[in-house]
Amino acid sequence: MASGIKIVVVGGGLAGLAAAMKIAEAGHEVDLLSVVPVKRSHSVCAQGGINGAVNTKGEGDSTWEHFDDTVYGGDFLANQPPAKAMCEMAPAIIYLFDRMGVPFSRTKEGLLDFRRFGGTKHHRTAFAGASTGQQLLYALDEQVRRYEVDDRVKKYEGWEMMSLILDDHQVCRGVVAMNLRSLELKAFPADAVIIATGGPGLIYGKSTNSMVCTGSAVAACYQQGAKYANGEFIQVHPTSIPGEDKLRLMSESARGEGGRVWVPRAKGDKRSSSSIPENERWYFLEEKYPAYGNLVPRDIATREIFQVCLSGMGVSGENQVYLDLTHIPAETLDKKLGAILEIYEMFVGDDPRHVPMRIFPGVHYSMGGLWVDFNQHTNIPGLLAAGECDYSIHGANRLGANSLLSCVYGGFIAAPAAINWANGVERSGSNGSGLYEQQTKRQQEINDKLITQSGNENQYKLHEEMGRIMTDNVTVIRYNDRLKETDDHLRELMQRYERISINDSNLWATMALPHARHLKNMLDLARVITLGALNRNESRGAHYKPDFPDRDDPNWLKTTIAEYSGEGPVFSYEPVDVSLIPPRKRDYSHEKKETKKA
Amino acid sequence: MTNTVEIHIKRRAAPDAPQHWEEFEIPYRPNLNVISCLMEIRKHPVTKSGQTTTPPSWDMNCLEQVCGICTMVINGRVRQSCSALVDNLDQPIKLEPMSKFPNVRDLMVDRSQMFDHLRRVNAWIELDGTHDLGPGPRMDQEDVQERYAYSRCMTCGCCLEACPQYDEDHYIGPQAIAQVRLFNMHPSGATTRDERLEAIMGADGITNCGNAQNCVKVCPMNIPLTKAIYEENRETVVHGLLGWLKH
Repeated sequence: MASGIKIVVVGGGLAGLAAAMKIAEAGHEVDLLSVVPVKRSHSVCAQGGINGAVNTKGEGDSTWEHFDDTVYGGDFLANQPPAKAMCEMAPAIIYLFDRMGVPFSRTKEGLLDFRRFGGTKHHRTAFAGASTGQQLLYALDEQVRRYEVDDRVKKYEGWEMMSLILDDHQVCRGVVAMNLRSLELKAFPADAVIIATGGPGLIYGKSTNSMVCTGSAVAACYQQGAKYANGEFIQVHPTSIPGEDKLRLMSESARGEGGRVWVPRAKGDKRSSSSIPENERWYFLEEKYPAYGNLVPRDIATREIFQVCLSGMGVSGENQVYLDLTHIPAETLDKKLGAILEIYEMFVGDDPRHVPMRIFPGVHYSMGGLWVDFNQHTNIPGLLAAGECDYSIHGANRLGANSLLSCVYGGFIAAPAAINWANGVERSGSNGSGLYEQQTKRQQEINDKLITQSGNENQYKLHEEMGRIMTDNVTVIRYNDRLKETDDHLRELMQRYERISINDSNLWATMALPHARHLKNMLDLARVITLGALNRNESRGAHYKPDFPDRDDPNWLKTTIAEYSGEGPVFSYEPVDVSLIPPRKRDYSHEKKETKKA
Repeated sequence: MTNTVEIHIKRRAAPDAPQHWEEFEIPYRPNLNVISCLMEIRKHPVTKSGQTTTPPSWDMNCLEQVCGICTMVINGRVRQSCSALVDNLDQPIKLEPMSKFPNVRDLMVDRSQMFDHLRRVNAWIELDGTHDLGPGPRMDQEDVQERYAYSRCMTCGCCLEACPQYDEDHYIGPQAIAQVRLFNMHPSGATTRDERLEAIMGADGITNCGNAQNCVKVCPMNIPLTKAIYEENRETVVHGLLGWLKH
């Protein structure tokens, strides 16, 4: 029986599908909007696994320990209550996916197997080969399809959200979306909207992200008044495979299963990897971080690899280091890491079972995102967010295999919160349908202007330029003068954007107009990231400034909040909830000090 | 190696427009894949003979051969364009949209029929609910690995493009049959096994497989599709006999 409540979920990745499934199960209706068929969402790219302290290995693991690893790894910038709640829900989430039929790897006894990941000493990561994200996404896709058959979920695949629909009281009443074939704009009225559109990696041009990860829908929310938090915290993954079109991820599970990072001890050593004897190899992570070795958190591994290459110690003097699996039997590798080894083989041509992989850090994940409260509500009433697009949980650095978990957790919290909100909200309280027509018309005007204007700027070149300056200046090592220059450059790009021509006279299924809309939105978020980094004069997690090398809790243990204005982002700060674990210095060269449950 | 890459694209402006070929030439760089060539062409949509044209449209997303979206026919073979490396391809590189699905524009096709198949064969496990009911059934790692192989299907459509029987609603095809296998192998999935079997026992069902075995040759995920067809054929025969005996 229909409840009369309709919720729009924007994004069909893990977080969006998790929310849609819960809403439909509770008996309500969902309009699910997705740029690509949901089964092709970026969640498929997650490889290594999903964390949960199930403690099947008798290592004394606990959800508290998982929570402590998460906030410690995040350099204490995360609000602690939601991080704790996520870790507590984790075992049940893994068991639920197990019941859905995800082919998680098993132990001899037939129980779920767990592997190690970065930033922890425990085997805590459940995995399905090395394509866990794909498998989890498919499981949710299957469950949502059940509800689609029951008409509780209606999918709009190939529709892209352009803007929110806000009433006179700034309450969210739905979204306007565009059909990516016909360019038709349509209003989707809703009692609540959940944004689950993932990260903004495409701002950096080349990243490990999929091509839909523009952050465009999130930027639209930001432009309409949603707060964007901790934008400057961008995770650069230590191990990616540089490519012409993107940087392909090489999962942390490669190190979780024993992979070792090294370079030749002698600068410019031209010998092949196999002819360099053990004592002439520099296992720099193991040497500097004896307690965690190759499994230090990503921000640390990335900085070390980056510095090694900057000092000319990279393999053949280039920006690359070895990630070596050749000491592990090929059969074991095929079982546990098959999918990612195939990716390397396919795109590089070498067999990583016999030749060490050559890897380099690549932009991977945004810890920052839409500001949400502990129930995933943004500051706009009726608008919620879940998954990578929200800022909660990961603080200044995300631990590997916590992303799949946070996506599902966010979706599971957002769904009942949205239903609650919808139950209480006054329906059609505003000016009725005028509101929807007005916003649709506004979006049409923006499209019409882009379609008709002609100028000499090429939008794809502007995108490449943005990607280059962001990658050069707003990633691993940050300097204030260069951040300032980057912002100037971004503003110049914004002016040049006004003179782009979309250069496609065939508007049917064109890629040009959607890209032009993305580009504008990416530029706005790029400024939020860059200026947030410029302001934050400390080093914390993924944000590192050599001129301010230490974490500065007295001044900077606070969340960055950016709000949109016509002149650029306006920044404010709010305190971090550290009520459960007192902040302490991160030091991965030693065993983590035990914290006792309060 | 020449210092240019020649690419021929079979284009279509709209679903009801005729198809035609256009030729492009771009500068060679090492490590190019077909997607980066298309990106280059999109930036300057000018043909080899210097004519300005519309930029080609195509689908792309993960670029790691795991989302399935960028599938097209490259030099006569159906595959993902992200993993098609220029250095391994004969030139001119010929790009065509898949032929078994409605052609939206240029290299884009509409594969929604593949998702319809998944609905039809109940490709899911009937959960009692998403509340916490503890772990699922214990399983043998070997069974898990067999299921994992089927579960990697990214709905790309290579098997259907290559299958001589898959055409005009005549045959549901190996993709859906492999998903029946995936769920029927699972202890909880097996409880609704009969519904899945019946879904592939109709006029367009499993018996229409002509045993060409093209599907398994083109599957980018190396899914044992012919094994799935064999196993499910056996299951449907037994199910049919039992049904007949019950009458």
